[in-house]
Amino acid sequence: MKRYSAFAIAREALRHHTGWQRAWRSAQPKKAYDVIIVGAGGHGLATAYYLGKNHGIRNVAIIEKGWLGGGNTGRNTTIIRSNYLQDESAAIYEKARSLYETLSQDLNYNIMFSPRGVLMLAQTEHEIRGYRRTEHANRLQGVETRFISPAEVKKIVPIIELSGPRYPVLGALWQPRGGTARHDAVAWGYARACSDMGMDIIQQCEVTGISQKNGVVSGVSTTKGDIACNKLGLVVAGHSGVLADMAGFRLPIESVALQALVSEPIKPCMDVVVMANTVHGYMSQSDKGEMVIGGGADGFNNYTQRGSFHHIEETVRALIETFPMISRLKMLRQWGGIVDMTGDRSPIIGKTPLNNCFINCGWGTGGFKAIPGSGWSMAATMATGEPDSLAAGFGLERFREGRFIDESVAAGVAH
Amino acid sequence: MLILTCPYCGIDADETDLAPGGEAHVTRHGADASDDDFEAYLFHKRNPRGVHFERWRHVYGCGKWFHAARDTMTLEVFGTYPAQTLVPPKTLQTKIKKKRPDWKGFKK
Ligand SMILES: Cc1cc2nc3c(=O)[nH]c(=O)nc-3n(C[C@H](O)[C@H](O)[C@H](O)COP(=O)(O)OP(=O)(O)OC[C@H]3O[C@@H](n4cnc5c(N)ncnc54)[C@H](O)[C@@H]3O)c2cc1C
Ligand SMILES: [Zn+2]
Repeated sequence: MKRYSAFAIAREALRHHTGWQRAWRSAQPKKAYDVIIVGAGGHGLATAYYLGKNHGIRNVAIIEKGWLGGGNTGRNTTIIRSNYLQDESAAIYEKARSLYETLSQDLNYNIMFSPRGVLMLAQTEHEIRGYRRTEHANRLQGVETRFISPAEVKKIVPIIELSGPRYPVLGALWQPRGGTARHDAVAWGYARACSDMGMDIIQQCEVTGISQKNGVVSGVSTTKGDIACNKLGLVVAGHSGVLADMAGFRLPIESVALQALVSEPIKPCMDVVVMANTVHGYMSQSDKGEMVIGGGADGFNNYTQRGSFHHIEETVRALIETFPMISRLKMLRQWGGIVDMTGDRSPIIGKTPLNNCFINCGWGTGGFKAIPGSGWSMAATMATGEPDSLAAGFGLERFREGRFIDESVAAGVAH
Repeated sequence: MLILTCPYCGIDADETDLAPGGEAHVTRHGADASDDDFEAYLFHKRNPRGVHFERWRHVYGCGKWFHAARDTMTLEVFGTYPAQTLVPPKTLQTKIKKKRPDWKGFKK
């Protein structure tokens, strides 16, 4: 693989850009692999990457029913933060955030990580207490966050209205090292690096069955034929229930639609991410100038990647109170993704009832920020067969044991 | 917008008049149940891509709970029926089978 560099741009400029290589090979499945990963979203690709990079396991196939990054990874609003309440969450999200800082260099692919800062507004007394608690927890966890006053909020976000009629801004939890990254680039960068290590990324190939005998997986059936493997990783987000059904077990997961929308592009007006969890709305400005807006998830099971319109209305209505200047903006596009919601709103990483089959799912509405940490931890778990320290708390068995990592109560919403 | 007919008051209720209540026909195990049964009751979801039986509440209407059969891949509603029903009515099951020949049928 030729490296990307300032020199490469100059060289290609001189020869009419005829020398760029394909970022990844388009592969046809071999008969067998050491490891098969189902799902070429960010988490699946990152798992494969760290299997190769950290554990030297490179005879790997990543199987994707659509195109890589076409699931939630390419549909999210790209907020990256690690200011969670529970220790297990803080550890894995902070690992991910710190890996994001150097991911462009590591992958030799510009993922446009932008640590512009994330503000979580406190708009009720209850929220102030909640975020103060998170601030203290974060200090103990080594995650840099600070609870700031309304005046400081106004300084960071001049377009904000502090004294909204229903929900005035009473303060905010500020994580200056949070931010955004380019979602497609994260998928593409990992894919390029995986392909370069000799891994096969097989797109337009749906897994339709899982072959097993006495609790041991021998391979998968796909729309491109049967493929054997020694270890199987299921990393399919909203489709986890479907894959678990093929494997013969059930998950504490329900799939629902989550939507986002962007406005017409405008001049730079907000250079941080603002989340308003009480009213279920959040917003940032993309490099193109669009206001990127998201809200809460729908309440019913759904696989259509299409959400209910009234949720969009609720989100926008709430945000207009806090950002009156967006009331005249035209909204350009709106879309949905199918998110995998667990009972405690925390992810699942680890073993399954089948011996050599591992699962990584349940990231729900907030897994983009976790991609590097999740892949790191999932790779270690698959390589050794036992959950690593980051994954340890997130095993499937925690539900049976009543050992929840309850971020739903901590955050209200999770993005 | 999803529209479900409330089987009690007969109103075609918009989604905004309703509150979703998750999977229906779950066996509610008690404190004397085995760990397996209790775990399954609390956490194991069917979450199918296709025919789904679920609970809804007509919150901004008569306030009652009812059941609905719906396709999670197309959002088509097959029918609704009262909550005091342990399995989906035979006529509804026949109707679904006709529309979805691949459907494996209702299993408790
Ligand atoms: C609207 C929206 C906004 C969001 N905003 C944020 C945010 O701001 N910050 C944040 O951190 N997170 C956010 N998220 C959540 C985040 O997008 C997800 O948690 C994350 O992208 C999940 O990545 P993944 O790799 O697990 O899943 P995906 O990217 O969905 O990848 C799973 C892949 O598996 C494939 N697959 C499924 N079934 C099969 C099969 N049978 N065979 C082969 N392949 C299969 C799918 O096609 C898909 O490509 C948001 C999500 C949505 C929908
Ligand atoms: Zn009614």
